[in-house]
Amino acid sequence: MSAHKATGDRIITLPFMLLVAVWLTGSMFGLQRFILDGMGSVSNLNGGYTWGLWVVYDVVIGTAFACGGYALAITVYVMNRGKYHPLMRPAILTSLLGYALGGFGAFFDMGRFWQFYEIFLPWNWNFNSVMLEVGLCVATYILVLVIEFSPAVLERLGLSGLKRALDKVLFLFIALGILLPTMHQSSLGSLLIAMGHKVDPLWQTMQFQPLLAIISSLIMGFSIVIFEASLTTAGMKQPSEAKLLRGLGRIILWLLAGFLIIRFAVLAAQGKLGLIFAGNFSSAVFVIETVLFIVPLVLLSSASLRRNSGLLLVAAVSMLFAGAAYRFDAFLVTYNPGNGYSYFPSVPEIMITLSIIALELMLYLIFVKRLPVLPRAEHA
Amino acid sequence: MKRREFLKTALGGSAGVLCGGGLAEARPNLEPAPEAVGMLFDATLCVGCKACVAKCKEVNGMPPTVLNGEPQWDSAQDLSGETLNVIKIYTEGKGSTKDMVKDGFAFEKRSCMHCVDPGCVSACPCTAMRRDPITGIVTHHPDACIGCRNCMVACPYNVPQFEYNKVFGQIHKCQLCNQAGVERIDKGQMTGCAEACPTGATLFGSRKALLAEAKRRMALKAGDTYSYPRGDVRKPDSMHEKKVPVYQQHIWGETEAGGTNVLHISAIPFDKLDMPPLGSRSAASISEGVQHTLYSYLALPAIALAGLAFAVKKNTDDEGEGDGS
Ligand code: SF4
Ligand code: SF4
Ligand code: SF4
Repeated sequence: MSAHKATGDRIITLPFMLLVAVWLTGSMFGLQRFILDGMGSVSNLNGGYTWGLWVVYDVVIGTAFACGGYALAITVYVMNRGKYHPLMRPAILTSLLGYALGGFGAFFDMGRFWQFYEIFLPWNWNFNSVMLEVGLCVATYILVLVIEFSPAVLERLGLSGLKRALDKVLFLFIALGILLPTMHQSSLGSLLIAMGHKVDPLWQTMQFQPLLAIISSLIMGFSIVIFEASLTTAGMKQPSEAKLLRGLGRIILWLLAGFLIIRFAVLAAQGKLGLIFAGNFSSAVFVIETVLFIVPLVLLSSASLRRNSGLLLVAAVSMLFAGAAYRFDAFLVTYNPGNGYSYFPSVPEIMITLSIIALELMLYLIFVKRLPVLPRAEHA
Repeated sequence: MKRREFLKTALGGSAGVLCGGGLAEARPNLEPAPEAVGMLFDATLCVGCKACVAKCKEVNGMPPTVLNGEPQWDSAQDLSGETLNVIKIYTEGKGSTKDMVKDGFAFEKRSCMHCVDPGCVSACPCTAMRRDPITGIVTHHPDACIGCRNCMVACPYNVPQFEYNKVFGQIHKCQLCNQAGVERIDKGQMTGCAEACPTGATLFGSRKALLAEAKRRMALKAGDTYSYPRGDVRKPDSMHEKKVPVYQQHIWGETEAGGTNVLHISAIPFDKLDMPPLGSRSAASISEGVQHTLYSYLALPAIALAGLAFAVKKNTDDEGEGDGS
């Protein structure tokens, strides 16, 4: 028997209808972008800021939020902590939705979307391009996530024979599901290298971009697992997984410490520590971001604080903000292409991003209510 | 191998790879193409007539830019999907004296610099930006382009521009008048803007000859007269005499981010003309160094995958369950 079950709750609820409304509003602007007047009519993107909210939130941050499946897979399958296994399926689901919609966001932002397939044609490949690696790797990972999640669907459909066959080769896809995010999550950081001087010196760590990006994506991945499990426990009256989550807290502690040490060591080595105290916009942004990283570090450092599931949730939220801020700040907030360009997302741009988030939440609710995703009580 | 040992090796290996990225020696900057062609823009000669802006639109079949409801052939404010070349104005204070930093004014051309080690080419996933191996000219090929606009963010000068106002837009940039269908350079002509320039402020030629000319001008004494060529530096259409201004001792593009084939010289410091703060190292060289260290053309990922598959298989078997979901 499966260790998971569908909650079976009603799908159409008031919050769900609100999500539908947000999704429909954003979709209207989406139609305008694809059918009527192009990207310019719904966004403030310009010659200097050509990557705005869509790329930075939907793709760069959205996929990092979707690293729960990745982070947990490392814990369960590489570090062999089988006890975290019950959290795996919901984490895979959020990863799948996050990545699929990240992929959709990338397509939405693609200037020449009608020939998107050009990036899949081997004779076009430029192996020097970080973007090539990101594009191919994210696309493959979405497929891998579909396969990793399919046992839940097969169970629901009662196709146990097919599920058993899949189980035999699943280890390969799990391995891919660890390798691929390691590759493209670090590459999302490497994208910043080619932007050179446009990236603020406090964020332009050059060769260290991939390392910082991968650690921060793991931090965000673990945090989203804690966040999600805490919320489903509270909101859907699921059994509490507090003990498991505490254990994750300890893993994150090391990642946080590592991230901060490397970040500051690199800044010191590059002679940029003084910029933190420059008292300008960038230094203020840097300080706020660093505080977001330090708060959870403090909260998680003591075993007694970790035992408080409320504080654990606070720490997780702070880390999600920290990781998102790290990316936002580097790619947009302190990003400066020069030549007098400026950017702030337009209302339609924001609405489109919100509608993608709404769609993600809607799909999540439908899936956990109808498919065996959340762990059964006895596994708690 | 014991699981613990294996893990140590596997994790150590991956950490090593990632840190290796941090320590990786980037490849050196690319060298100028053997027969690199380009332009020399001498801001002190530019009178701001914008003949080059109009000529550029004509040669490249670009529409006029509409300003205040009027179609304008020469008055675009900045590069865009319909403008590959603009003349920008520098003014300070009263803005009355040409080529003076204080209370002065000057003109600065903005078009593709045809970088020796171009960021746009390095960043493009689909090889839709290409550097000609012989002439060094950087061209764009929309048939392969997905519109990810990484070329725009990876260009230090914000040169490539996307047509945001169209559903089916494309990237535009100066291709030194040598794109398919125009091919002025291949036909032995010079660039449109250099041909149109009445003062020789925009001069065409090989990078070598242009660099030599720029160095000659650097060595001139301010106030002396110098005979300035017009058109192609190697076979000028005409020459004209002019008093030598006080040049900044700086040839932009000799070394910046690996150098450019379009060189600029000026009497006003370049940061005041809105040129970016660039060192001599190209960002492309560092980015590619990291990328190839981490991936070594997929050899490392393949090894990592084998290791991971082994670990996962072992750990799922340990648990006595294959249910990986
Ligand atoms: S100036 Fe920009 S567009 Fe032109 S070659 Fe250099 S990187 Fe490419
Ligand atoms: S927008 Fe086109 S040319 Fe520019 S990097 Fe993307 S695929 Fe290449
Ligand atoms: S070289 Fe040709 S395309 Fe480039 S700025 Fe001059 S006229 Fe325009």
